[in-house]
Amino acid sequence: MEKKIPITIDGREVEAAAGQMILEAARENGIFIPTLCHYPGTTKVGACRVCVVDVEGARSLVASCCMPVSPGMVVRTDTKKVRDAQRLIVELLWASGDHNCLTCEQNGNCDLQNLVYWLELETPRFSIQFPKYKPETTNTMISRDLNKCILCGRCIRACNEIQVNEVLDFSKRGSRAKVGPAFDADYIDSECFFCGECADVCPVGAITFRQSRFKGRPWEMQKVKTTCTYCGVGCQMDLNINNGKIVKVTGNRDYAQPNGGSLCIKGRFGLDFVNNPDRLKKPLIRKEKGGELTEASWDEALELIAKKFGEIKKKDGADSIAGLSSARCTNEENYLFQKFMRAVVGTNNVDHCARL
Amino acid sequence: MAGLAAAFGSGAMTNSIDEIEFTDLILATGTNTTENHPVIGMKIKRAVRQHGAKLIVIDPREIDLVKYADLWLRQAPGTDVAVLNGLMNVMIAENIYDKDYVESRTENFEALKKTVEKYTPDYVEKISGIPAEDLRTAARMFGRANRASILYAMGMTQHITGTDNVKSVANLSMLGGNVGIEGGGVNPLRGQNNVQGACDMGALPNVYPAYQQVASDEARVKFEKAWGAKLSARPGLTIMEIMEGAHKGSIKGLYIMGENPMISDPDLSHVEASLKHVDFLVVQDIFLTETARLADVVLPSACFAEKDGTFSNTERRVQRIRKAVTPPGEARSDWEIIAAISNRMGYAMNYSSAQEIMEEISRVTPSYGGITYKRLEKNGLQWPCPTPDHKGTKFLHKDRFTRGLGLFHAVEFIPPAELPDKAYPMYMTTGRVLYHYHTGTMTRLSAGAMERCPESLVEINPLDADKLGIEEGQMVKVSSRRGEVTAKAQLTEKSAAGSIFMNFHFHETAVNLLTNPAMDPIGKIPEYKVCAVKVEAA
Repeated sequence: MEKKIPITIDGREVEAAAGQMILEAARENGIFIPTLCHYPGTTKVGACRVCVVDVEGARSLVASCCMPVSPGMVVRTDTKKVRDAQRLIVELLWASGDHNCLTCEQNGNCDLQNLVYWLELETPRFSIQFPKYKPETTNTMISRDLNKCILCGRCIRACNEIQVNEVLDFSKRGSRAKVGPAFDADYIDSECFFCGECADVCPVGAITFRQSRFKGRPWEMQKVKTTCTYCGVGCQMDLNINNGKIVKVTGNRDYAQPNGGSLCIKGRFGLDFVNNPDRLKKPLIRKEKGGELTEASWDEALELIAKKFGEIKKKDGADSIAGLSSARCTNEENYLFQKFMRAVVGTNNVDHCARL
Repeated sequence: MAGLAAAFGSGAMTNSIDEIEFTDLILATGTNTTENHPVIGMKIKRAVRQHGAKLIVIDPREIDLVKYADLWLRQAPGTDVAVLNGLMNVMIAENIYDKDYVESRTENFEALKKTVEKYTPDYVEKISGIPAEDLRTAARMFGRANRASILYAMGMTQHITGTDNVKSVANLSMLGGNVGIEGGGVNPLRGQNNVQGACDMGALPNVYPAYQQVASDEARVKFEKAWGAKLSARPGLTIMEIMEGAHKGSIKGLYIMGENPMISDPDLSHVEASLKHVDFLVVQDIFLTETARLADVVLPSACFAEKDGTFSNTERRVQRIRKAVTPPGEARSDWEIIAAISNRMGYAMNYSSAQEIMEEISRVTPSYGGITYKRLEKNGLQWPCPTPDHKGTKFLHKDRFTRGLGLFHAVEFIPPAELPDKAYPMYMTTGRVLYHYHTGTMTRLSAGAMERCPESLVEINPLDADKLGIEEGQMVKVSSRRGEVTAKAQLTEKSAAGSIFMNFHFHETAVNLLTNPAMDPIGKIPEYKVCAVKVEAA
């Protein structure tokens, strides 16, 4: 049996696991503590301090994301002291960035926006001064507007600890501190692999998916869970659909195996082909050898195939027909294809490009 | 896959993706994982950086994984059997192999021992160029690891000795006692989203679903009953034999679903001639591909986002795809098209959904017996999953191999079919890059991928470039005995001196005009990873 640690949070007696942080114990018991820099599965940095709580006997407020529970600990998440500290932090963040929700892609899906609302802040007590960085629009996949960055470092940990691509880090210090690739390069000029993990984890509108800019608000997106169509890993992902079109692809950490929410450039940004105008839309038939392919109805096309395959089978035997199935198609389709070749055409001449 | 099936009785990846992150040692050979399977690459990197796993990379190219490796063995292309035999030679000579395991779980060890005897580190150094001391170090690391996972991909299989290579990998893994344990295993990484599923479903000339042999009376009777049709007992032709048949005129009708052999097959001029020679060619695809352009009938199909179904990933996990958007124009799901043709030919296929097809699959496919859409709703299931209450199988061959005992194969080194000579003095290997996929039909339409990798590049070592008077970005002509292509040169030490690397994503630079169609005699896989070429300024 794992040893349980009894603690009290907001007057409720709860049991925590040994080594668990206050934040985790609280969340497990349905007690809300806000966070910004915290991201499960990465180093606990305790940088933003919005998760502070009052612990009886402690000299000062403690960051609940980094403080392990101890037996008999008495925690309060809702004291005036806690709220005052949270308000100060959030107002400072608000005042030091260009948090203009009118034009922000993350409006409605922003941790800072939610926190301002939750803390019932009308306006920051400090004047708004942001660094006036030029937003990065030098690639078509990921936009960066560091004027909206709250320096939580989630993107850095996602890049180094989740994807281990080791591209992003902090540079400079104090009010000049910023996140990005080495030598302050744009993503496109850096070693970036465009996995998009940084955009998935960014809690605000600093790193967003450029492809979906103005293509739909977070609450308009219908998310459809599916399996990526590229390599054999079979990553689980959410297609974000708006107005009948795939707008973007997001990872989902709840899906666990095999990819735990992480994706690569192909699954993330490689679905343009779905809406490409060159997609085949009607059957095509070549009426005579050497002639052109022309549009035809399904009826014509199917009739011709049935007739031709029937003729060849009759004249030269079933084994003079062959079929190539596909490692790109579903199990159901592969099953049906080989069943068709074997049971209907009458040959075992069926293969696919597993070898290539 | 024939190699693994011979050794273990099953050709699939033995262990799971999740286990790679939490093992003691990873040996990656013939897999450029971070580019071809980036999310598995991520797990390897996390294993090394965060969980203290050791990583050995055996690869002729300085791939990204080398940066994370404890040890990198750079062998000459196509010398894998010698290298693997060399590792085993050291393990046996120094007594660092799993004797209990070899005794209780395997057979034919004596033959293996006898064969690898001559593959001493010094002998292997002469063949492969790997320093004898590095080979010894690698063997010691591998032999002493508690759990070692071997990962490989097309870099092992796309050789005339592909089956031998895989058998050698299986030998090495068994010698270390690593098959049938969590975190161990022999793990072929499948390149396409549903290669595993296509094989499982019997899209192969010699087997029905779940690898039931067409030549077996028992299996044939079973399927004749299930399908209500008379079935042929004669195993069919493989893809290369089908092309050959088309060329000779014995294959008169050809039905191609979702494949583009006009880019992916070796020796493209031959493929084109073959396809043109067929009396009646039907191609079903989402685009008018190079192959579809040659067809007599082209049928428009729905893509993965426009239909329901399942894919089986490289770790045998069956997972759902779901219809998210509607197909363009009159395009239909491939299963609907197949059923429609079948109905016209007088064999009724009246499925109302993909789910209904899966219900039939689970009835005739023992390893998929417990798989239903209902169970797949939340998470995938790893086969074998024979019954509705079976949880699926995380790793294979626990306590017992599918075939009983694991079989060691004594394998001798055979050099590649074509080696550099005076006329064609350099090695060429081919593969994918991170930003593109296979024949490029899909990724080349992606703005992002094209930004990152807009054209085909010839990766050439600066020493060679200097000798040949080639500068970065200059157009070069690459020729082999079969053809020539031109592309831009990229000077990089990723390629060893004397070797170039090209990708096969670009039809303008159809690298398979150059590749050697010489095949592995069992796997029938062409030798894409080694041929001899000449490089000159264009």
